[in-house]
Amino acid sequence: MIRLLALLALVALPAAAAEVRATGGLGVVVERATGSLLVVDRTTHAALGRVTGLGDLSHASVVFSPDERFAYVFGRDGGLTKVDLTTQAIAGRVIQAGNAIGGAISDDGRLVAVSNYEPGGVRVFDADTLAPVADIPTGSKTLGLVDVPGRRFVFSLWEAGETWIADFSGGDSPAITRITGIGANPYDGMVTGDGRTYIAGLFGEDGLTAIDLWAEPPAPRRILAGYGKDDPALPVYKMPHLEGWAMAGERIALPAVGRHEILWIDSRSLEETGRTATLGQPVFAVARPDGRQVWVNFAPPDNGRIQVVDSVSGEVVRELAPGPGVLHMEFAPRGNEVWVSVRDAGRIDVYDTATFEKLAEIPADDPSGIFFTARAHRTGL
Amino acid sequence: MLSGGLALLLLLAAPAEAGELPAARADELAHLVVNDCGSCHGLTLAGGLGPDIRPAALAGRSPEALAEVILDGRPGTAMPPWRPLLSEAEAAWIVGYLLEGPP
Repeated sequence: MIRLLALLALVALPAAAAEVRATGGLGVVVERATGSLLVVDRTTHAALGRVTGLGDLSHASVVFSPDERFAYVFGRDGGLTKVDLTTQAIAGRVIQAGNAIGGAISDDGRLVAVSNYEPGGVRVFDADTLAPVADIPTGSKTLGLVDVPGRRFVFSLWEAGETWIADFSGGDSPAITRITGIGANPYDGMVTGDGRTYIAGLFGEDGLTAIDLWAEPPAPRRILAGYGKDDPALPVYKMPHLEGWAMAGERIALPAVGRHEILWIDSRSLEETGRTATLGQPVFAVARPDGRQVWVNFAPPDNGRIQVVDSVSGEVVRELAPGPGVLHMEFAPRGNEVWVSVRDAGRIDVYDTATFEKLAEIPADDPSGIFFTARAHRTGL
Repeated sequence: MLSGGLALLLLLAAPAEAGELPAARADELAHLVVNDCGSCHGLTLAGGLGPDIRPAALAGRSPEALAEVILDGRPGTAMPPWRPLLSEAEAAWIVGYLLEGPP
């Protein structure tokens, strides 16, 4: 009898097995105009399905649960949506603010934080239930939110020119550390992959601010001060982004503001080590995961092109022209491929990063951000 | 004075001229408003890093002043001058489009 049951179980297995899909090769593409998320398989260059009803997804970003099952989608309209990649369905959704700009998940995967323009501040939710955990008003538009080790979040205040650290290691009521005087109008922030150095880009000043989060107490240090002082600033038709993936070898690549340049700094001394002239105002300067190349896209009117910079020589080694509206680039975790969203063409292009050959085109509706689940295991992404 | 007066006349005349832009260019400008203005002001223009620029928020503002903000930007803020990319007639068309609200 027991053997018969075992036999039955074996017979039933193949059908069940066919429904299992691991999530480590998956990702999502934000479709802005339709407020939907395209679930993709980067290993087969295929779109698997579409999750709709996510609201205004302009400038939306995504983080993943530690098990790579859930995507948390931060919409511009303040919507926070939890999407189950295994069922391709919404597992939870809250409207947490009027106007939001990105989020982060704590190192233990328990807390999801969202930074808000309106009202300013950061709101923190239970990653499982999306129930509110903490509300951190700042009195400023709040941005550049990242997670760092120790159940902490770091973020910056546009009007106040401050960076705050919210430490949840003691429970749901955070200990707040305010770092004042970081400079005028921080527009974004990034943290290095080790969680040590937080860098805020400044719109209101020629320069950036670095904060050593291992220092006690952490203090702001101006870097690249006056990098544009020799020339009048050029108009910026789209604000650059900073991302943790800008680390290329021992150097960090940073997009200049109001200059058509990538700025290189040494990751330890934070001193400038060089510049690369680019064809336009850089928006993203993203390093391939091995750090050998940096891929750069641009603000209008140059947003149809990409330049690839060799991080050793600082030379532009390739220029690509995927078409108008190149909004985002996401590397496979080992760096062999890169996915590029080409908004106006309604397409994702997949390139081999060694040969620059286009490997695939995937139709998508007004695609912007691309996020692979491997981000789940990276600090600050 | 003369050039200022002429510029003003041109701007005042602009709403009437707005309809004279080629349809293809008008489509491009509508696309630009949503995507490029939208990158700071939000896809729905309800505001982001930049302020709300929906019709209710702009009510009472003069079209000429709004066109000037588009063409010359707002020094000291993140609003860039669009003059290198847009003509005065195109800026006036965008003002009309913003004041009426996208269809």
